Amino acid sequence: MIKIEHLVKNYGTSCAVDDISFAVEKGEIVGFLGPNGAGKSTTMNILTGYLSSTSGKASIDGVDILADPLAAKRKIGYLPEQPPLYPDMTVEEYLDFAYELKGCTLDRRAHLEQIAETVKIKDVRHKVIRTLSKGYRQRVGIAQALVGNPAVIIFDEPTVGLDPKQIIEIRNLIRGLGKDHTVILSTHILQEVQAVCDRIVIINKGKIVANEKTENISNVVMDNRRFHAKIAGPQKEVLSTLRALPGIAYAEVLAEREGDAYTYLVESELGVDIRKKLFFRLAEHNWPLIGLESLGMNLEDIFISVVDKSEERKGARAHQPERQKRRQRDRSRPEQELGESLFEEARRRRAEESLEENEEE
Amino acid sequence: MLAVYRKEMRSYFINPIGYIYLGIFLVFSALLCCYTTIISGTYNTSSYFSMMIFAFIILIPILTMRLFAEERKMRTEQMLLTAPISLTGMVLGKYFAALTLFLGGVLLSCLNFLPLYVIASVERQGTSETLTHVGPVTGEIVGGVIALCLLGAALIAVGMLVSALTENQLSAAVVTIGVIAAMVLLNMLNLLTDSDGQPLISSFAVRSVIDWVSVLSRFSAFLNGVFDYAAILYYASLSFIFVFLTVRVYEKRRWG
Repeated sequence: MIKIEHLVKNYGTSCAVDDISFAVEKGEIVGFLGPNGAGKSTTMNILTGYLSSTSGKASIDGVDILADPLAAKRKIGYLPEQPPLYPDMTVEEYLDFAYELKGCTLDRRAHLEQIAETVKIKDVRHKVIRTLSKGYRQRVGIAQALVGNPAVIIFDEPTVGLDPKQIIEIRNLIRGLGKDHTVILSTHILQEVQAVCDRIVIINKGKIVANEKTENISNVVMDNRRFHAKIAGPQKEVLSTLRALPGIAYAEVLAEREGDAYTYLVESELGVDIRKKLFFRLAEHNWPLIGLESLGMNLEDIFISVVDKSEERKGARAHQPERQKRRQRDRSRPEQELGESLFEEARRRRAEESLEENEEE
Repeated sequence: MLAVYRKEMRSYFINPIGYIYLGIFLVFSALLCCYTTIISGTYNTSSYFSMMIFAFIILIPILTMRLFAEERKMRTEQMLLTAPISLTGMVLGKYFAALTLFLGGVLLSCLNFLPLYVIASVERQGTSETLTHVGPVTGEIVGGVIALCLLGAALIAVGMLVSALTENQLSAAVVTIGVIAAMVLLNMLNLLTDSDGQPLISSFAVRSVIDWVSVLSRFSAFLNGVFDYAAILYYASLSFIFVFLTVRVYEKRRWG
């Protein structure tokens, strides 16, 4: 449905999107995950015809966005990062305008009615957009993207700035849309793509780092289990007990203290759920476990583990042509060094961990 | 294009801006008409039309300042630019909306001439003489109105281009005032004289170039009731060039 081939976008000398290729099948919900400034919005803006690419091709349902922009745009509904609302129109006027703007031929009243029903904005239809809350504005923005029933819907950070309840509602809404439409959404929140998407494309510094089914990414993430455990008891003994516990790869004391309880960072081995074991072991010693918090991975960790995984599978970047590699190295020396140092650190930590285990054995 | 046109028309009237524009325009033109004709005791309308041009320096920016600057600021232009309409359609929709409001104002201001005709008819009843024409010359008035419309169309295109280049309504307005003032005042240079009564710009060539470029010099023929096709073409091309440049600005921005 959507095909992006070797897309490059330069702003002057800086490179926002660097040779991205991926495809989205019909009916898929694809999440575009990456930190701020990774090139998510740029890619989406190119895909919707708002920006032109420096080189490369983007096509929607076989229509090239540069060759036939009008036909391609007719197939897309787009919600930019900041919903494009006219604050002095009422919701109804605004949707009417969207209907006319897109040259929609569906029955106007029934179509707009149905959209209002889907995104639940019926009760604010006669209100002026300026007076709406952030959540409602976001919905009106989504409604605008749905006008004309486009085959592809693109959402740029649809849940930014919403409260948790609204976030869940919007996510459910997007999930529902995925039944009839091909959806791309961008976010920098891992949980969001996990909750909504079939497939995750991770992008960092203008390059695609991973393009995987959600389950695979989730597995990678699940592999790395880290906890903050708050345990009341003598610090040294607790620590050595933790380290001795089979299944725990790593443990350390954090500089947090509440009464006689300390907080420990505990990391389990791959694929092991240590929580129950941990509880009973501590109970044996009569050290109450007063808090156990699972730590979400941050994006940096995910990149490292995802890239680690894919390297294990494919062998170290054998698929990348030598020339291209050199070009990238020349251009992004400092970035690459940073990436390498992160890699090294992760490797070193693993090595240390296994060393420690050996010692203990 | 029609969707954008309708949206712009609507936004002129759900905002105060449309009313402000029409209000200022009508009040100013009525006062001006009153002073230049009735109070001055003349039926000659040419000074009314030439002074209206100076009102345009302030009035046109009111019409054009928000056309694109506001859309950029509110990020709503993303909706227009990702919709299945051409850039030309979008620009023309906005241009014609501003033009419609402008023409509406000009046509409404034609009511200002009614008192002249009324006064003239009263005056004619008092005299038995029919050899000399008493009252305003309709041909001159029609010519003047057409000239105002043409000049306005060109200046709106200029203001629109400025609005497309800026992100702030206020700066769009200020720059537009500057540009239009420069265009209107250009041929004043030709009228400047030194103490001996000689033109300050001594070179005839320079004076004729200024005369050719100035938007004002082509205006005067109409005021004498001469229907100048060359001038119509001149103003039409001027409008076309600035509309075209606005489209190019947006084309360029996509590639930026």
